[in-house]
Amino acid sequence: MSPLSRREFVAAGVAAGAGLVIGFYLPRGSASHEEAFSPNAYLRITPDNKVTIVVARSEMGQGVRTALPMILAEELEADWNQIEIEQAGASTLYGDQGTGGSASVHSTWDPMRKAGATAREMLISAAALTWGVPRSTCTAESSHIKHAATKRSLSYGELAGKAATLSIPTDVTLKQSKDYKIVGQRLARLDTPAKVKGEAIFGIDFRIPGMKFALLSRCPVIGGKVASFDDKESKNISGVSYVGKVGDAAVAVVADSVWGAMEGRRLLNVTWDDGPNKDLNTTAVMASLKQAVSKKGASLYSAGDAAKAAGRKISAEYTLPFMAHAPMEPGNCTANYQGTKCELWAPTQVPQDCRDSVATAVGLDPDQVKVNVTLMGGGFGRRLEHDYAVEAALVSKAINAPVKVIWTREDDMRFSTYRPASLHQLSATLDGSGFPVALTHRIVAPSISGQKGQPTPGGVDPDLPDEAGPVYGLPNYTIESVIAETPVPLGWMRSVYALQAAFALESFIDELAVAAGKDPLQYRLHLLAKDQDLQYFTTTWKTARMRGVLQLAAEKAGRDKPLPAGHYRGVACFGCFSSYMAEVVEITMEKDEPRVQRVVAAVDCGQVVNPRILEQQIQGGIVYGLANALRAKITIEKGRVVQGNFDDYAPLRMDETPTVEVYAVPSAEAPTGIGEPSVPPIAPALCNAIYAATKKRIRALPILS
Amino acid sequence: MADLTLRVNGSDKKVSVSPETPLLWVLRDTLELTGTKFGCGAGLCGACTVHVAGNPIRSCSTPVSQVAGKSITTIEGLGANGLSVLGQALQQAWIAEEVPQCGYCQTGQIMSAAALLARTPNPTDDQITQAMNGNLCRCGTYERIRKAIHRAAGNGGAR
Repeated sequence: MSPLSRREFVAAGVAAGAGLVIGFYLPRGSASHEEAFSPNAYLRITPDNKVTIVVARSEMGQGVRTALPMILAEELEADWNQIEIEQAGASTLYGDQGTGGSASVHSTWDPMRKAGATAREMLISAAALTWGVPRSTCTAESSHIKHAATKRSLSYGELAGKAATLSIPTDVTLKQSKDYKIVGQRLARLDTPAKVKGEAIFGIDFRIPGMKFALLSRCPVIGGKVASFDDKESKNISGVSYVGKVGDAAVAVVADSVWGAMEGRRLLNVTWDDGPNKDLNTTAVMASLKQAVSKKGASLYSAGDAAKAAGRKISAEYTLPFMAHAPMEPGNCTANYQGTKCELWAPTQVPQDCRDSVATAVGLDPDQVKVNVTLMGGGFGRRLEHDYAVEAALVSKAINAPVKVIWTREDDMRFSTYRPASLHQLSATLDGSGFPVALTHRIVAPSISGQKGQPTPGGVDPDLPDEAGPVYGLPNYTIESVIAETPVPLGWMRSVYALQAAFALESFIDELAVAAGKDPLQYRLHLLAKDQDLQYFTTTWKTARMRGVLQLAAEKAGRDKPLPAGHYRGVACFGCFSSYMAEVVEITMEKDEPRVQRVVAAVDCGQVVNPRILEQQIQGGIVYGLANALRAKITIEKGRVVQGNFDDYAPLRMDETPTVEVYAVPSAEAPTGIGEPSVPPIAPALCNAIYAATKKRIRALPILS
Repeated sequence: MADLTLRVNGSDKKVSVSPETPLLWVLRDTLELTGTKFGCGAGLCGACTVHVAGNPIRSCSTPVSQVAGKSITTIEGLGANGLSVLGQALQQAWIAEEVPQCGYCQTGQIMSAAALLARTPNPTDDQITQAMNGNLCRCGTYERIRKAIHRAAGNGGAR
């Protein structure tokens, strides 16, 4: 029994005779939000016994529209078949609705459970009062309160009105994990049937009457502007109704069809003012990272004194390129600006940022902007930006009509916000047995938040505390960050900095194992042998849990069985977003290129809410990470992004996709992230397998460059 | 502009569009059949896959004038018309294997799979890979797609 804290304050009330309404505040991540009463999701029980849960997180494929309701329904003792889901739009009534950082389940676990339990207890009280029996003789089950002795039963719908008049319990008992009936079950996702019939409405599919379509011609040079434009030929295209500047750096072509807008844009003649970056290229960016490596770094983690350790010294340097998210659904947003208000239908991970940015852009107050969140064809962090929404609102204002702005694939590739390129210097001191007594990892990368004008306290990008923590409990261990600025637009891409940190660290550990003449798996297990708590910002990484996933993955991969001839194995482990992950990769080599045959992944993410969604996320993250490792590389020439479509920025296809086995360490700990943690270990595990096969160490991604 | 008659999902639709317009945009904008998706505009990702006279084609790269008068099947018609048994078997298999994550590419995946099974009722893994390799999925659902195709092949006995 624990009293609800202020931030988890639960309130109930009668909503226009609708029954019982429970509002609760869902904090995002571990950041402190001290709004006194800021509900951003609602539980509504109506007299027809429907339980409606409003999900204030965005569905981009990761299953939140199923997983979050499962958590609440568990404590509520609701009939899962009668659950209805509503997607919340942005509102000033809500707390932070951002979807990112693998945080949706992690951060809503407690408030969702408490809200469900609170409602359950109020419904029990309502039934007890109705029947004149002690509360303790009533039980909640399948959206009904039952009184076993008299075999009476009332549905939640029948009790909702009475429950809403009762005072709210301030401490409720949460269920024990052993009693779970919904959480932990392989329940089918609620959004699947519509998706296989073509009935699911993604942002790009949404229409309103009278809607126009717009494409924008954007300055191809980073930071450049429109000097002038000639729209004569564009306007010859049937259906093109408007051509005009949007901000300083783009020209919109509006037509009554997407194809008309595409053709109009093709014939648009823009003269660009290329601006200061016209000679920028990737070689110069990588050179600037190299220059920054000697700058004073900010400490991310420090144990002992790595500089004083004596023994055999080994060092290595790793680099990673810019990468693009490339979700399947290109950017788009529908806007309807009407003078004193503006409504948006946006595939967005950040509805409130869309609202606020649009309000500023079109000169309205935030509460005059309504943002409806649509389904998303992937996100991977690209939809943490709100550029599409601002463009759509500005074009709608310019033409005084509803409009959908659509990006092409080339627009998506060339005007993205990229995973930062980075450089990693690692050095270690080995003892007489070949194990590191000291390790230093210096991360040189631009700051995503810094570039966006957000704070970087102590010279540390605010994402690094979730994404670059220590794995091993070494007596002398330093992790440092150096921020190197770049004009290349940066964004948060699935696993953000963890991919880079894990590639460097887990490749280097492999190098140390090789230098010591030891098996890389045994080497890691030795380094994790002692139970230690590694305090890294607000997370406590436990070597025992990392050891657990490594052992589980190794065992399931058949560590003791010989591999078939021509097969080679690589292993890596890493933790991010508070979850532990280990991956074992098995490859063959064909014409000097790796073919990934099999991946065995083990995760410790605490209590698993839905094992099917977990498997989807781990498998998907590994396929995404393999594409990152093998080929993903965005290059800049003459200030322009070179890559444009899925031919020169090629994701994995079916023929390259291995079988991925997923195992979870059984746990009743609070759930942690699953959307991103599987991404980082796959690149080093694959590179370590390539080393096993070829004795060639890969220190720069992508592998096939 | 040209006045064309398209035979979509078994019924004739009159459209007035410029003849070089890709079929994709006529389906999506003119006929409001938005189950067919825009992914790359260059025939590289398969999200826009529909059937023309039973063959899977990339509607983003097919001028509408080329398919006038031919039988066009989209995802909206797959479970309902001539291919109904196969289409429904695939959609059920996709649900049973919990294939979709974001789901955006899945209608194109199912259209490619339907064309495969119509010709090759019991495909091997290699045949599945060959037929499906043109369809991209950024959520990485390929393994479950493969399983779903095998499942549909087993269950779609009425083909």
